[in-house]
Amino acid sequence: MVWPMRPLELYVHIPFCIRKCQYCDFLSGPSSKEERREYVTELCQKIRTYKKLAGSYHVVSIFIGGGTPSILEAEQITVIFEAIRDTFVVDEGAEITVEMNPGTVTEEKLTAYRQAGINRLSIGLQSTKDEELRILGRIHTYEEFLDTYRLAREKGFGNINVDLMSAIPGQTVEEWVDTLQKAAELRPEHISAYSLIIEEGTPFYETYVRGREGDESFGKAAKEREEADLCAGRLPDEEDERQMYRQTKEILKEYGYHRYEISNYALPGYECRHNLGYWNRTEYLGIGTGAASLMDNKRWDYGEEPMVLSMKEQMEEYMFLGLRKTQGVSKTKFADEFGRGMDTVYGEVLEKMYGMRLMEETDDFVRLTDRGIDVSNTVMCEFLLE
Amino acid sequence: MAGADQSKIRNFCIIAHIDHGKSTLADRIIEMTGLLTSREMQSQVLDNMELERERGITIKAQAVRIVYQAKNGEEYIFNLIDTPGHVDFNYEVSRSLAACDGAILVVDAAQGVEAQTLANVYLALDHDLDVMPVINKVDLPSAEPERVIEEIEDVIGIEAMDAPQISAKTGLNVEEVLEQIVEKIPAPEGDPEEPLKALIFDSLYDSYKGVIVFCRIKEGTVKKGTPILMMATGAKAEVVEVGYFGAGQFIPCDELSAGMVGYITASLKNVKDTRVGDTITDASNPCAEPLPGYKKVNPMVYCGMYPADGAKYPDLRDALEKLQLNDASLQFEPETSIALGFGYRCGFLGLLHLEIIQERLEREYNLDLVTTAPGVIYKVHKTNGDVIELTNPSNLPDPSEIEYMEEPMVKAEIMVTSEFIGAIMDLCQERRGIYDGMEYIEETRAVLRYHLPLNEIIYDFFDALKSRSRGYASFDYELDEYVKSDLVKLDILINKEEVDALSFIIHADTAYERGRKMCEKLKEEIPRQLFEIPIQAAIGSKIIARETVKAMRKDVLAKCYGGDITRKRKLLEKQKEGKKRMRQVGSVEIPQKAFMSVLKLDDK
Repeated sequence: MVWPMRPLELYVHIPFCIRKCQYCDFLSGPSSKEERREYVTELCQKIRTYKKLAGSYHVVSIFIGGGTPSILEAEQITVIFEAIRDTFVVDEGAEITVEMNPGTVTEEKLTAYRQAGINRLSIGLQSTKDEELRILGRIHTYEEFLDTYRLAREKGFGNINVDLMSAIPGQTVEEWVDTLQKAAELRPEHISAYSLIIEEGTPFYETYVRGREGDESFGKAAKEREEADLCAGRLPDEEDERQMYRQTKEILKEYGYHRYEISNYALPGYECRHNLGYWNRTEYLGIGTGAASLMDNKRWDYGEEPMVLSMKEQMEEYMFLGLRKTQGVSKTKFADEFGRGMDTVYGEVLEKMYGMRLMEETDDFVRLTDRGIDVSNTVMCEFLLE
Repeated sequence: MAGADQSKIRNFCIIAHIDHGKSTLADRIIEMTGLLTSREMQSQVLDNMELERERGITIKAQAVRIVYQAKNGEEYIFNLIDTPGHVDFNYEVSRSLAACDGAILVVDAAQGVEAQTLANVYLALDHDLDVMPVINKVDLPSAEPERVIEEIEDVIGIEAMDAPQISAKTGLNVEEVLEQIVEKIPAPEGDPEEPLKALIFDSLYDSYKGVIVFCRIKEGTVKKGTPILMMATGAKAEVVEVGYFGAGQFIPCDELSAGMVGYITASLKNVKDTRVGDTITDASNPCAEPLPGYKKVNPMVYCGMYPADGAKYPDLRDALEKLQLNDASLQFEPETSIALGFGYRCGFLGLLHLEIIQERLEREYNLDLVTTAPGVIYKVHKTNGDVIELTNPSNLPDPSEIEYMEEPMVKAEIMVTSEFIGAIMDLCQERRGIYDGMEYIEETRAVLRYHLPLNEIIYDFFDALKSRSRGYASFDYELDEYVKSDLVKLDILINKEEVDALSFIIHADTAYERGRKMCEKLKEEIPRQLFEIPIQAAIGSKIIARETVKAMRKDVLAKCYGGDITRKRKLLEKQKEGKKRMRQVGSVEIPQKAFMSVLKLDDK
């Protein structure tokens, strides 16, 4: 074995779900039992092909994402983990997460997860309002979520994330606050609270973006949705949307959660290590349709040619990914990694950003201010080099 | 063809209102006389610039020689000179007409006589041309040839009873047109033995031959070796080649003599030496007097042209120089704008000319341009007695130094059906027009005459005219004198900083409205930025309108995980690229198209 082994994160993609949500642009869709069986078989074979590469790494975290991975049978999860453990050296204390949606989870599956070493669950709730869940095209009610959540606790899962979504069509600030409070009262260790993004190619896009651009055919699509009672009025305006965002931080703070990334909140010590790896540029290997990888300063999408990142691109990534963290980016680490001071490369931009109160400096770290987070794309653009 | 029998030559042009079928008829004539088969013909041979075909207009004069076997058994040489069809090129039109002995007047059987038809007919009659009417598009269901014939006789006052009723599109009765050309268009006159006297009606630059001069020989003879003199510009050269116009090609011949139409090359390097309207004579045996009617055409409309990418400044200069080789009326000189950087102040014959040059720069030279609002030449009378001809609003002297200002006026004729007279009069009123009379040319149609300030018609007058008359009004104008006017400079301030490229001169009465519209438009065009941006219109230190672009509230991606990073990078790069394409004025980024958008402030 080569020494020293480098830390590696594994991501496994399961592109299946019961039904596509109205806002979802992930690579995912309904499938047959047969398709799932074949996919899992191929996935396991693929995992095993990494045997040689695996020799240089020790796995620090695993994330089974989707889609809805909990749609797989208990035994399918078991074989995937057998393949992983046969191939890779997985750390004793590795963080191992699986994503799930209420309505697909059984006691049997949870038992299998425990046996496979899964120690963290990420449950998609989005809202505690059944009407909002319906608008989003979710397959479950709030009550069904509660059943799943309780079952998971009963089975001994001590690290649970709950996904929430703000700025849902028709949602008021009060309704969002209520969802937040109900979720926080359940005391999950982690909450991801995303402001809805209307992505191109989703039904929401057709309804709320193109439908409003006066394009006849899309106007028609929007009308049909209205008739089917799937249109809950307008999207919250920018002002309300930002108020929801600000309130999220305040309210969750009252419950003991702190924001450590633009959309992520955790009780102390429960920050998602796997996701932090993306923002810290830890190496990761993505397996399965639609998964992406970063290894040896090469990025690639599953099945595609790796693209080598230049020093310039690495520095840019360091900044625009790292600045998502509320802690910000370390100047010392930057200098260690690139052999140049952050001020040498970005001094001018940083000064400008401090001047506009979009960023601030604390000891070794530079980070976005709350205002900077609101307009973070505009700020991050500045860190792309000529 | 040397010494051809003058009685077998016919030099003529076709005049028509836009879209009445001038170029189609020319094509059909060329095709039917066997010069080209229909398969070889790229539709509309004479409009050979891509832009001309697209816009359905003729920009440069063209000529073609056709041989026609008449029914009387004789062979005739037709020289068909295609004239530019737009008021911007009025002078060129007049010189093309002067090169002809007769004109075919094409009138649309459904539309009838229009303002431009009249203007062109009068121009032809001014040049003593025999005008031969042709009724076109008789195959249309809405055609009313009888009514149109009556109209031609009543309105224009020329005999039209035996006008051929044709369809240039299908070729119906075009044969009859050819026969009538022989009968009705007079043969040229002139003595081949007299000293040379040739009229330049166009010229173009060819990188191999140098300048190719299009001319009509009025007197005398010219051949290879003749030392020639341009009587107005004084340029001298020795003839290298003479010839006539084949379809899309130049065919050399031994000599050109009185009555003939053809070309001359003489190693001339610049079209500035061969101005349209000038007279060519034999330097060793000059004629006593030049032909009448020469004038140097001067630009009437000016605007700033800037490369969107500042690094393309030298490319813009090269392109303008090349275009000028073929277009002596295009003028340009370097200027600098705080907002737009380095560019050129360019002068044009009119707005169409401006648009054509702009499009050619963009298409043929691949330049991305930012154009400032077009303006006319104002005369600024200063308190110290000096008079400045102002082409760039930024150069307006301090108000304390200005005694008064003058602006150019035009005499306009608008032909309109009676139901729209009110609407058109309102429009002219809004544009500060002074009513100058109206005549009914038939029961339901009238010609309105107005004095209008040129700066009121260079923007969107034509569009407004069309929209308020549902397309029925037609319009023609000629330049008139300068008059004293209450003019002010309207400035636009973005985030409290004056944007020089957006300043322009305007009448005090319309400044408020215009300023308000510009602010509204700019508010739409300037994207929200990190801070609030006031947009103000001002006259001197007085703010007359204001809008505000609110600060950007939100520009954040909620999610960015392992699979999103490549996409996130692309998004940021796109955003950054978008910023690059903007112009930085102070701390505000202004999109290029914001500068252009204020040129089109629609009425409705």
